[in-house]
Amino acid sequence: MPVSVTSSKVIFDALKKCDVRLISALPETWLVHLIRMADDDPDMVLVRLAKEEEGVGVSAGAHFAGVKSAMLMQNHGFLASINGIVSFAHLYKIPLLMVISYRGSFGERDPWQTQGGNVTEALLRAMGIPYSVLDSIESVEKRIRQAQALAESSLQPVALLLTRDLMWEE
Amino acid sequence: MLRLDCLRAVYPDLEKCLVVTIMGATAAELHSLGHRPNFFYLQHAMGLASSTGLGLALSLPDQKIVVFDGDGSLLMNLGSLSTMARYQPKNLFHVVFDNESLLSVGGFPTATSTGTDLEGIARAAGIPAVRTVRTLEDFKTAVKNALHTSQLTTIVAKVEPTGPAGYVTDLSLVENRFQFRRYIQSLKRQ
Repeated sequence: MPVSVTSSKVIFDALKKCDVRLISALPETWLVHLIRMADDDPDMVLVRLAKEEEGVGVSAGAHFAGVKSAMLMQNHGFLASINGIVSFAHLYKIPLLMVISYRGSFGERDPWQTQGGNVTEALLRAMGIPYSVLDSIESVEKRIRQAQALAESSLQPVALLLTRDLMWEE
Repeated sequence: MLRLDCLRAVYPDLEKCLVVTIMGATAAELHSLGHRPNFFYLQHAMGLASSTGLGLALSLPDQKIVVFDGDGSLLMNLGSLSTMARYQPKNLFHVVFDNESLLSVGGFPTATSTGTDLEGIARAAGIPAVRTVRTLEDFKTAVKNALHTSQLTTIVAKVEPTGPAGYVTDLSLVENRFQFRRYIQSLKRQ
């Protein structure tokens, strides 16, 4: 599977450096190594979800407990989480670090991913969620650190979009 | 059985717990008994009270977490039962007030009114201790047991579809959230 182990490792290490100690995740191809790394790390709590919206509640609970967390999901998982983001994270000013695989964009071969790709950035903008598109490995660590700093200072959700260029090697 | 009577009966036992409630009548009734800084009322985002309890329970393994859920909310996030069961935090206690109604949004009957069995669903999801109670005495006993055992527990409490006249309290949502987090931080400093 040509999912980039190198990029996954850089992302995971950056999350660790930000003191992220809990990760919620729903399996998706591009996230397979990241989820495995979280599972293998004894200092990381990995919560495998049935549906991504649960992750908003899990991260809110972790935030109340003083634990920094991240949510790993596909952009369709972001779509499935929207009410939780609006009616919990925005309403109650909860910081969320959303790490989202950006499926359905340039280069996508799976027809079923394409519609979600079309609307992802437009929805993030409509919801007023600050986001950054990660397409090169050099900027990953800094962007993750900056994203988390903004989430924590502004007490709101922020999103990082993991692109094909970053996550796929072929 | 009235939810308010259930809440009143266990109110003293909640003093040392972290409590998360769903929206509407459940939040308003617990608040009416006397707000405490260890109570968090999730006034929207139906379904996520149990997920919030899970996040708290996994992050604070030495704290007892109590979630007051409802049939309407839980039906919106049944997957949460499977996620809770997957991790089985010993310090998480999940109470579902089942009034067979979406009371707080107009009183529409939920699927539990036509036979959906939340106890059965919770058990089949893998929650290790599950029980349905129909009387106040049984509720009190079940809660006492759950608070003193180290096992993930779901109690389905069948209650009447009644609640207070209004749901808005004088506690702003954001104030409640900051107060709750600050209370947890104060526990850590002790």
